[in-house]
Amino acid sequence: MAFDSFGAFITMEGHGPYVWACYFVFFLLMGAVVFWSLRQRRFVIAQQRRRMDSPPMRDQSPAGASFTRIEPSQD
Amino acid sequence: MWQIFHKLGSPKWFFGIASTLMPWLLWIGVPLLLAGLGWGLAFAPQDYLQGNSYRIIFIHVPSAFLAQSVYIMMAVGGLVTLVWRMKLADVFVKAVAPVGAVLTFLALFTGAVWGKPTWGTWWIWDARLTSMLILLFLYFGVIALGAAISDEKSSARAVAVLVLVGVVNIPIIKYSVEWWNTLHQPATFKLTEKPSMPAEMWVPLLLSVLGLYLIFGWLACLRMQTEILVREGRTRWVKQLVQAGGN
Repeated sequence: MAFDSFGAFITMEGHGPYVWACYFVFFLLMGAVVFWSLRQRRFVIAQQRRRMDSPPMRDQSPAGASFTRIEPSQD
Repeated sequence: MWQIFHKLGSPKWFFGIASTLMPWLLWIGVPLLLAGLGWGLAFAPQDYLQGNSYRIIFIHVPSAFLAQSVYIMMAVGGLVTLVWRMKLADVFVKAVAPVGAVLTFLALFTGAVWGKPTWGTWWIWDARLTSMLILLFLYFGVIALGAAISDEKSSARAVAVLVLVGVVNIPIIKYSVEWWNTLHQPATFKLTEKPSMPAEMWVPLLLSVLGLYLIFGWLACLRMQTEILVREGRTRWVKQLVQAGGN
């Protein structure tokens, strides 16, 4: 170990706040990216599953009310 | 070779390969990174000039290294998108851009915090720092442009062009410390020369770099899989996969 005591390891001769702040922010942000990516994946899977479980849209529309949206070409 | 290239273009094939690779990438990457950081923090000797503040190097260099590598990988992806219209290349570019932005921010932040005790200032408009800040803005630009265009093909092409134009910044970052008189120290690792630091310092640094690369690989696979699930949501294989739990 490069330090004589645990206290010296924490303070790092005055450089402790700089070093620990960097490590804290590094783990915080990397952790956030991992957490966010996993949550996004779970959300997408749940959304796909909901879409598959629900019956097709046309079965839910009231009888007689069928409109077709026409989108004219912009070209 | 061409067969592999064609297979790589298939999202279904990639999804399977990524699922096999991901546990390996994560379970080798995390211990490597933690070993490198633990060694660097507690066991590596103190720097004779900078004292203990130099221990920031074990996260600063891997983040900065990877931030630039990710951009180069994105540029290759952009080129493949434009030349071969491979969808998976665009999936890669869009999936990793936010990770690249976070890594660039980390490189800038840790650099600023390291700069205070070493140079006496948090920030200076010096060539290396400014070109890294431009890299961060390029990442933001790629993310924003990708999100702004809803048509998949137009969005892929626009993002690919932006990424390729921005790649000119990478050699500027790399050689900024040689072309201009900067406060930033020259490269720690060079392929052609021996490292300028003792093994007790560069071995943990190398472990952290490798570890972070592998973790990035895991993140890229995970995020690409999510993007594929969204884009290929109407195909039969994705429907079957979602019903089976999504793995």
